[in-house]
Amino acid sequence: MKITHEIKDTTIIITLDGELDASSSVILDEELSDPEIMTYSKILVDCESLNYISSAGLGVFISHLQRFEDAQIKLIFYNMQDKVRNVFEILGLDLLMTIVSDYEEAMTIADE
Amino acid sequence: MNNTITVSCTKKNLKPIRDFVTDYLAGFTLSDILMNQIVLAVDEICANLIIHANQEDPSKSISLNVSEKSGMLRFEITDNGVAFRRSEYKEPNIEEHVRIGKKGGVGIALVNRIMDKVEFETAGNKNTCLLYKKIK
Repeated sequence: MKITHEIKDTTIIITLDGELDASSSVILDEELSDPEIMTYSKILVDCESLNYISSAGLGVFISHLQRFEDAQIKLIFYNMQDKVRNVFEILGLDLLMTIVSDYEEAMTIADE
Repeated sequence: MNNTITVSCTKKNLKPIRDFVTDYLAGFTLSDILMNQIVLAVDEICANLIIHANQEDPSKSISLNVSEKSGMLRFEITDNGVAFRRSEYKEPNIEEHVRIGKKGGVGIALVNRIMDKVEFETAGNKNTCLLYKKIK
C-alpha cells in the first residue's frame, strides 16, 4: 500500500495505491490519526488504484468518520472500483459515507 | 494440482493467501465482484486466525485447502490456536461502530453475508473453519 497526499487550500487529497488489508491498513490509520489532518475542511480519498479492501481497511474509515463529522470535516471517496465499492455496500457503508464517481463531483460536493 | 497452502501466522502472509485463492479461482468464470468477495471472505477468516487465534506468533501456522464439486466451492482453513466461539458472536451494528469509533469487528459479518455456509469445528486442539460458496 502506497499512500500519497496533495494539499489544495483547505482540502487534502489522499491517494491510495494498492491493497488495504489487516497488514497494510496500519499506515492508513497513522495517516488519518495525524493531528494535522484536523486542520483541513475536506478530505478527498482517490480510490482509483485501490485494488482491494478488507474489514481492517474499512475499520480505519469507520473509526475516524464520527471524529471528522464532529469537526465538520467532509470525507469523500471517489474513483472507486466497482469491486471495492461492493465491499462498502455489503455492510451498508455506502449509506453512511460519501462515495462519488470522480474528482469533479468530489470537489463540487466538498464545496457545498 | 496443489490445492493447499500453509503459512506462518504473520499478517504479511495474508497477501500470499489471497494470491493463492485468486489463482485457484482463475480456473472458473467469475465476475470481478464475485471473485473479490470470495477472496475477501477467505482473507477475513485467515486474518482473524492469524491475529486473534494465534496472536501473530510466527512459530504457528494456518493451512487453507480449496476444492470444488458440482459448482460448490469449499474452503477449509485449519489452525491450532484459540477456537472461535460462535455462541459469543454478535452481528455488528455499523452505525454504532461509527458513533463510538470502533475499528474492528465487521470481518465475520462480511464472511456471513458473502458465503452460502460458514462452519466452525474444533476437535482436540485443531480448529477447522469451512466456507462454502455456490458458483454455478
